Amino acid sequence: MSERLSGSLISLRGVTKTYGSGQAAFQALKGIDFDIAAGEFVAVMGPSGSGKSTVMNILGCLDVPTSGEYIFLGEHVESLSRDQRALLRRHYLGFVFQGFNLLARTTALENVELPLLYRGLPLAERHAKARAALALVGLTGWEHHTPAELSGGQQQRVAIARAIVTQPTLLLADEPTGNLDSERGAEIMALLTGLNREHGITVLMVTHEADMAAYASRTLRFVDGVVGHDTSYVGAD
Amino acid sequence: MIWNALLLALREIRRNLMRASLTVLGIVIGVAAVITMVTLGNGATAQITAQVASLGSNLVIVRPGQRMSPGQAAGWAPAFKEDDITAILEAVPAVRSATGTAQRGSSLSYLAENTYTPVIGTTPSYPEVGNWSLTEGRFFHDGEQRAGRAVCVLGESVRKTLFAGTSPLGEKIRFRGVACEVIGVLAPKGQSAMGQDQDDVVLMPLKAYQRRVAGRRSRQDVGTLMLSVRDGMSTEKVVKEVTELMRERRNLAPNESDNFSVFDTKQIADALSSTTRILTALLGAVAAVSLLVGGIGIMNIMLVSVTERTREIGTRLAIGALESEVLLQFLVEAVALSSFGGLLGIALALIASFGLTSAMNLPFVLDLNIMLLAFIVSASIGVLFGFVPARRAARLDPIEALRHE
Ligand SMILES: Nc1ncnc2c1ncn2[C@@H]1O[C@H](COP(=O)(O)OP(=O)(O)OP(=O)(O)O)[C@@H](O)[C@H]1O
Ligand SMILES: [Mg+2]
Repeated sequence: MSERLSGSLISLRGVTKTYGSGQAAFQALKGIDFDIAAGEFVAVMGPSGSGKSTVMNILGCLDVPTSGEYIFLGEHVESLSRDQRALLRRHYLGFVFQGFNLLARTTALENVELPLLYRGLPLAERHAKARAALALVGLTGWEHHTPAELSGGQQQRVAIARAIVTQPTLLLADEPTGNLDSERGAEIMALLTGLNREHGITVLMVTHEADMAAYASRTLRFVDGVVGHDTSYVGAD
Repeated sequence: MIWNALLLALREIRRNLMRASLTVLGIVIGVAAVITMVTLGNGATAQITAQVASLGSNLVIVRPGQRMSPGQAAGWAPAFKEDDITAILEAVPAVRSATGTAQRGSSLSYLAENTYTPVIGTTPSYPEVGNWSLTEGRFFHDGEQRAGRAVCVLGESVRKTLFAGTSPLGEKIRFRGVACEVIGVLAPKGQSAMGQDQDDVVLMPLKAYQRRVAGRRSRQDVGTLMLSVRDGMSTEKVVKEVTELMRERRNLAPNESDNFSVFDTKQIADALSSTTRILTALLGAVAAVSLLVGGIGIMNIMLVSVTERTREIGTRLAIGALESEVLLQFLVEAVALSSFGGLLGIALALIASFGLTSAMNLPFVLDLNIMLLAFIVSASIGVLFGFVPARRAARLDPIEALRHE
């Protein structure tokens, strides 16, 4: 609890991740340490294969580190069960996946409702919140369109609406603008910035583009499984 | 959560209605076969019961010749005589009334109408023993029997053929050179359990029959004895006592086997319904195989569905679905699918069994329990065969599932 009060929402301590075993073993993360305070907007950058998605999966409680500690909201995530991690995701986390991962043949409204369904909210409340989230990402009037009837940018906004409809503590976005042109990318960034500033949602975003990273207040640069550069230290010191 | 899972499942079925329908075909056929079989079996049983009841309850029948077993002829045996009837009445007090019949097929005529019918000579107790009533006129009485009067009582089928619209009472029909006055008409009973028309008969006093209808060689013969057992008395006991009496009257040595057979209506009913039971069991087995095939079909399609929807499952897991919730979703889907098949099967069975019973002239006896059971079984097939695919879905690793193409 004191960690949170002191501003630390996330703490990674000596986190490593090794894929495979024996000859084929590959260490994707080689000892990561960083803290993220509530309310930060952090960009994660780095070359392909440097471990960005791997660390995002760990932060998102989808995966556990091979060694080291990951403390989220005071919980040692590495020692939680599969279902306990699912409950953390359900109640505190929002994901925006690179490939959107919307349910096909399912309307935007139903897609956005999905996380609320697992929270057991009644239908009326689900609808109201899903509509509000879609309105927030500027998709009023598109509620009943299926992903196939939406543009890439619109699909990405539906994915963001789904991630924020639960008012998550932490929003994780893996290359949210990767599939979009720079104009749509700028729209998405404006949206994330707004969510961070006005709704107090902590945002962690992977991106390859420096002009997208510029929207963030801090940049973590990954190199070959370690954090090579962290802009917060520049400002702090 | 169950409710949500059900809604999801129904949505998924609606999306792939064609595939769902084909998938559940096995279940549809299985359920339809079971229910149709049972309905037909029930109809047949009800008919047999009704026919046996129409024979008269507590009826014991005595026939000359050994009891036939499959592939074995009865062999020759001396016929009964009229005094066997009185002897039984005297010796076995549990017998309320007794009658005997002798019969011969004859062509009958009335004016220009002709028919060919068994003419039966019997005693005045015949209606009481055989549970017959009359729609018109009366049965012959003891006086007519003793005097051997040429009077007769018609079965409904004969009346219809010879006397289309008019009353036959007082008219004379002719057969084998006898002009016989019609004094009554039997109430119809329909087909017997063996498929004979029980209403296609002409009854006349045994004396008159023996004198004027029976062949020269069989003048004194009585073919079948029918005994009606007093209410509350055991028919088995009567069968035993009558067997002993007849062995004595026919001078059988202890080492000789019976040259007649005694059986009660219950035995007839049992013999008939055992045939029905065998058939039902056989077709039930076919239905069970069909249900098994149906279950495997559901398992197959659910496995395909889990593979197709791996990304969806990954998404659900990633946004916080518990393993048990994903399991439930797919299990409910399998159960919804198989129950859908069960409902289709019930509908099909209703149509089929209604059609078949009316085609086979059987009563349509609906058994709600068997429909409920069939529905429960089909739902259970969903649980049984849906479990493996559902568990596979629930155990997916969210990261790998999300990356799945
Ligand atoms: N499931 C896995 N099994 C084996 N190796 C893996 C697995 N996932 C990732 N890796 C390896 O770990 C390293 C880091 O992968 P990661 O996906 O984190 O990279 P990234 O920084 O997200 O790259 P990109 O920018 O291309 O998305 C890569 O070399 C990758 O091949
Ligand atoms: Mg990546």
